[in-house]
Amino acid sequence: MNSACEFLLLSNGTSVPWGDVPEWPAAAFVEATAAELNRGGRLCAWFGVPENSATRLVAVIAFDADNTLAVGRSEPVTKSYPALTLRQPQAHLFEREVWEQHGLLPEGHPWLKPVRRQEVNHPAVGEFFQVSGDEIHEVAVGPVHAGIIEPGHFRFQCNGEEVLFLEIALGYQHRGVEEALPGGPHRATMSQMETVAGDTTIGHATAYTMLLEALAGTEAPLCGQWLRAIALELERLANHTGDLGALAGDVAFLPTAAACGKIRGDFLNLTALICGNRFGRGLIRPGGCKKDFEPERSAQLLKRIQVALAEVAEAAEWLWDANSVRARFEATGTVTNRQANEMGLVGVAARASGLLRDVRFDHPAGWHRFAQMPVSTWPDGDVFARARVRWLEIQRAGNFISEQLGMPPDGGIYQAPGNPEANMLAVALVEGWRGEICHVALTDEAGKFRRYKIVDPSFHNWTGLAMALRQQAISDFPLCNKSFNLSYCGFDL
Amino acid sequence: MFVFDTILHRARHGCQTMAYPEGAAPALPDRYGGALRVDAAKCSAGCDACVPVCPTKAIVREPGKPVSLDLGKCIFCAACVEICPSKAITQTKDHRMAVQRREDLFLGAPGAEEVRLAAALDGKLKKLFGRSLRLRQVSAGGCNACEADTNVLGTIGWDLGRFGIQFVASPRHADGLLVTGAISRNMELALKKTYDAVPSPKIVIAVGACAIGGGPFIGHPQVLNGAGAVVPVDLYIPGCPPHPLTILDGLLRWLDRLEKP
Repeated sequence: MNSACEFLLLSNGTSVPWGDVPEWPAAAFVEATAAELNRGGRLCAWFGVPENSATRLVAVIAFDADNTLAVGRSEPVTKSYPALTLRQPQAHLFEREVWEQHGLLPEGHPWLKPVRRQEVNHPAVGEFFQVSGDEIHEVAVGPVHAGIIEPGHFRFQCNGEEVLFLEIALGYQHRGVEEALPGGPHRATMSQMETVAGDTTIGHATAYTMLLEALAGTEAPLCGQWLRAIALELERLANHTGDLGALAGDVAFLPTAAACGKIRGDFLNLTALICGNRFGRGLIRPGGCKKDFEPERSAQLLKRIQVALAEVAEAAEWLWDANSVRARFEATGTVTNRQANEMGLVGVAARASGLLRDVRFDHPAGWHRFAQMPVSTWPDGDVFARARVRWLEIQRAGNFISEQLGMPPDGGIYQAPGNPEANMLAVALVEGWRGEICHVALTDEAGKFRRYKIVDPSFHNWTGLAMALRQQAISDFPLCNKSFNLSYCGFDL
Repeated sequence: MFVFDTILHRARHGCQTMAYPEGAAPALPDRYGGALRVDAAKCSAGCDACVPVCPTKAIVREPGKPVSLDLGKCIFCAACVEICPSKAITQTKDHRMAVQRREDLFLGAPGAEEVRLAAALDGKLKKLFGRSLRLRQVSAGGCNACEADTNVLGTIGWDLGRFGIQFVASPRHADGLLVTGAISRNMELALKKTYDAVPSPKIVIAVGACAIGGGPFIGHPQVLNGAGAVVPVDLYIPGCPPHPLTILDGLLRWLDRLEKP
């Protein structure tokens, strides 16, 4: 191989032979990856694959405008390689993770510290960035927070009320999801995928099952793919509605907060109507969906969703009408379009900074190949924009489900997939309600997992929250945090 | 305009808080399975078909002994129900599952086919907590589903506050902890510190399969397989996640706030 060779192109939800993935010496691979990112690529995943006593670096890049993914790898490398982060800030957490998992030093990385490694009975959070000066004070929040929220640590450097710098230290929720996967799938793997981030059960389960189907060279029956797409939008409806309510609550606007808290439950109950579980546990399995979706059930879902959609429309209208809400939402926690692009933000946070970035549209797989969804964006990058994009997506998701229920594809809902093929690499992207979920699997000689990489949208977006807080009042932190509403366990794995 | 709109809305919808527990419990979906029932007496000799299909190894059958299912480890996937040839494991559709002792979740043996529900607190603890219980929630390796369905109890439909139960922002203000998650080792210190900061007498409620026995992550070296490894647990509420009604039933049953039949 030489440095002129190109990345291997593939589509979302497909697999390629591992041996066909082009390789470069590590330094040249970093160059090649930076070049691909410079010409409009976006880093979906960057991880290591152990090989003997060395590690290969792998990059999965998305070319959104071309609806194409690209994958490349380095030759086995030990000790260190020149950091990609210096050229592409969006790689900074990925390189910290590779350093932590494989001991490969990214030379020149500006802020190399652990991501989620255990240190006795807490995560190794390392030294925090500090601002010094007579007027500067430091605020530490967490890991246990003042509500029913997952744990994480936030360290603010403040000048009076103003936040100069926020550093976010996570890892508290680390359950060893990725570490358990080599040699799998195991007995508990499907359940673990459903609980990578429990509020995104459908999203992560869909990505995982898409991968298994791609590795086996099969596809779930269309009707199963259709039901997955409906369940994915139900998950989006529940969470976006809950977020609108919580955002209203954070600015003490109680009518919408109270209404949305209840309507969110109504959407969860619709998922339970399909499968018995409010979060969709047990619905999605490799080969399709596990529960029949009879016409009567479909009719009931359609009837109930119309009621819930009308109620959420009413509650959202109060929110947009209230000047007091606009005053608190607008120009709070702004992330510019350029910052969002450089950090590689995904999902609601990216679209609220004006980036046209949505897997359902850019990399359609499964049912989204046949039923496209418009991308909802807002240009301003502030809390208002992130709330507004959620509201736009609630409407789009509602329309999508209402339409789709009227046109179910023929055929069964489930067909057992074959076994994964040996020495294959597969990539699956799913637009979960937070944003792009990326799963990458590599199989060994026996068709078992050799390496499995999960990138929750939160992995990209936590840095966005840290940036949004700069020059903000610290009292706006809860509001900004809620406007991103990122996953702790999805990040910590 | 929203002032008028909201007033109209309120008038139209009236009070949205459910009648439960005075009235009927809210309807559960037809596919909700509820607690399991295990009639080990029905098992065919030597059959252990349910054992290998359980993702969390909640079912064991030692040679010569009846099958035993640990509802604390169960994530309610019902794989065992589907595969059982003699219908020894069945879904009861019953949402009530909270117990005080870990062993009350072991199902199978004659007389122990179903969970042995928690009894009401009595004596000093009932006097202290019966009408006012303040909880600090600690998620330690939870997936945010148990957390979400605990949070739901604060919405207008459930209105947990009407029972005098409230989640507070400091362990110093709390009577106890409500713990979720498999207890990641990375949260061990924080959970211990939070528990120590709660004034005595104090109680601990473990919500969900993870907090009871590790859930889907049981056996991972990164977790401690449940809250019991770090703090003493007084009430176990199974589920993955438990339905909000299951959590509410557990709290009210324990505080002796349920209507007597």
